[in-house]
Amino acid sequence: MEAYSSVVASSNGPVIAVKDLTRTYLLGEVEVRALRGVSFEIEAGGLLAVMGPSGSGKSTLMNLLGCLDKPDSGSYLLESEEVGRLNDDQLARIRSRKLGFVFQTFNLLARTTALANCELPMLYAGVPNGERRERAERALELVGLADRMKHHPNELSGGQQQRVAIARALVNDPAIIFADEPTGNLDSKSGIEVIEILQGLNRNDGITVLLVTHDPFIARHTDRVLRLQDGRIVADEAIHHALIAGEAERPSNLDLEEEIA
Amino acid sequence: MGLMASAQVALRALSSNKLRSALTMLGIIIGVGAVVTLMSAGNAVRGFITDQFQSIGSNLLFVAPGTFETQRGPGSAPSGKGLTNGDANALLDPFLAPDVAAVTLELTGSDVVDSGGEEAFLSISGVSPNYSELRNAGLSAGRFFNIGDQVAESRVAVIGPIVVDELFPENALPIDEQIRIGDVPFRVIGILESRGGSAFANEDNVVYIPLSTAQTRVFPSRGSRGDFHISVIYAQAVSEDRTSEAAEQIENVLRQRHEIMPGDDDDFTVISQAEILASAGDVLGVITIFLGAIAAISLLVGGIGIMNIMLVSVTERTREIGLRKAVGARRQDIRNQFLIESVVLAVVGGAIGVVLGLLGTLGIGLLASDLNPTLSLQAVALATGFSALVGLFFGIYPATRAAALNPIDALR
Ligand SMILES: Nc1ncnc2c1ncn2[C@@H]1O[C@H](COP(=O)(O)OP(=O)(O)OP(=O)(O)O)[C@@H](O)[C@H]1O
Ligand SMILES: [Mg+2]
Repeated sequence: MEAYSSVVASSNGPVIAVKDLTRTYLLGEVEVRALRGVSFEIEAGGLLAVMGPSGSGKSTLMNLLGCLDKPDSGSYLLESEEVGRLNDDQLARIRSRKLGFVFQTFNLLARTTALANCELPMLYAGVPNGERRERAERALELVGLADRMKHHPNELSGGQQQRVAIARALVNDPAIIFADEPTGNLDSKSGIEVIEILQGLNRNDGITVLLVTHDPFIARHTDRVLRLQDGRIVADEAIHHALIAGEAERPSNLDLEEEIA
Repeated sequence: MGLMASAQVALRALSSNKLRSALTMLGIIIGVGAVVTLMSAGNAVRGFITDQFQSIGSNLLFVAPGTFETQRGPGSAPSGKGLTNGDANALLDPFLAPDVAAVTLELTGSDVVDSGGEEAFLSISGVSPNYSELRNAGLSAGRFFNIGDQVAESRVAVIGPIVVDELFPENALPIDEQIRIGDVPFRVIGILESRGGSAFANEDNVVYIPLSTAQTRVFPSRGSRGDFHISVIYAQAVSEDRTSEAAEQIENVLRQRHEIMPGDDDDFTVISQAEILASAGDVLGVITIFLGAIAAISLLVGGIGIMNIMLVSVTERTREIGLRKAVGARRQDIRNQFLIESVVLAVVGGAIGVVLGLLGTLGIGLLASDLNPTLSLQAVALATGFSALVGLFFGIYPATRAAALNPIDALR
């Protein structure tokens, strides 16, 4: 991927602005307070990592930001539109038009080709047949899978499957891509390939990217790290010289956590 | 997403699991196949019976001694006064019974018939010379009786094709051969065309002799006035739409002749072909409804099978549903997809069932060569429509459940 210029903040205000967001799960009698009041803003064109120990609420936050779930309280402005109180169908519309998702477990439809998997979001966005195919092909080419379009998920490696998933997240031209541990099931080389693609989308196409990771080396490829603990943001750090995926060597003995801090 | 796109998704899902789709459809296939076959068979039997009556002769009325309750088997002495030649001739009176065009008389019995080589116990019918015209009985060889035979009480016989087989296994054309009915020798002068077994008796298996000969030499039996008894009078109405008037006139003439007081019951029965046809139709109707109900139950069971599999499928595809929602599917998109899947299963199953029914119909035609079953279009329409409804009805619950899944829960 070619060299990229530094991020240009959008002049239209933040693409995401959350304030005092809470989410509590009810497990029978037990209340699990997964998010206890989270506030932050993300400028358009940002590339962010969300980190934190297991159970700290990272996935819960991603689901809320991705309009897959609704907060119990607080406000969520997505491109200046309050989405916290929208109904299911309105949220589906927003997911379809503005958002893309990449999951740790890929979540491709089995028995369905890479191409058809990529066409799926456009089906629900009402894109006509011919255009659907064309856009899916372009997206697969972009992630380097031009020669794997007719393959089924079980005929692809984990890294390739995740790239199909990224292509699928791309096809509706989203403003934001959410990736919850996209490299969690991959070896480090495939992981870096995935990050390289996400970085490229962010730098070249201006797509805002939020990714959850446990891997400090991966986090160093982003511009900003949000740290969660017990449902609260405990740190919000900028990274001034983000690594360029594929160029930097993974340090073997360096304590990256400390370097970031 | 439009319905077309939903349909596309549904079809893709079905075709990606062909074996399960096929097994799911099995219930509907069998149900619809059964409906179509049974209804076609019902129609074929109805058509067959109608044909049988048509072959008996048009505009025909049957007059038999006694009532249905008191009537006994053929040849036995009838209750009441019975019917006589005089009764039959009175029906020809143009003033008393203007709507009766013609009558023919029959005296039936049975006896041992001997051809010299072979012997058989057969039905014997003494009939008037015009019997063959009124009953549409054609001849394949020789001639029927004429007035001369009737007047001369000739010992001549016209025999059915089965009688030929039984008495003359070596000779397919036994014209002028001798047979003995009891002790009386007869000469064969004609052979009837095969008419097949009717609903009531097989007329191919009868030896016909002139009525006069039967009454004097074979089954002598006289009424109170010294008149000869007969077993049945066939009366032909002047036209099809005058049969009920003719029946009424016959009733009046016979009540008068039998001196039946007003208010007393007849000692004879007049039945029109239409009445027999109608009562046979009633019985068939009940049977058809009964078979239809059984078939409908199997359709219902097929529908429950679809619902069962669809529910399993919703559980099994929870992740898929979650993913579809995550990439933008609305509730109604998911609902439509599953609804279309179940309707398509039911309708395709129905279509295959129709083909099965067609094969079943052809099979019946092969097994029962007398029947001429045709695919009942009514049954096809009914079964296909009904199976679509079954798919819709039993698809609603699983589809609603799928649509209501929360994407987060579904993806976990
Ligand atoms: N659907 C749910 N019902 C009940 N509790 C839940 C549910 N989802 C998450 N939780 C709880 O909420 C808390 C936060 O969970 P979450 O999945 O957001 O953590 P996470 O930071 O993504 O963890 P990990 O790094 O292991 O993925 C956890 O204690 C979890 O058990
Ligand atoms: Mg998580």
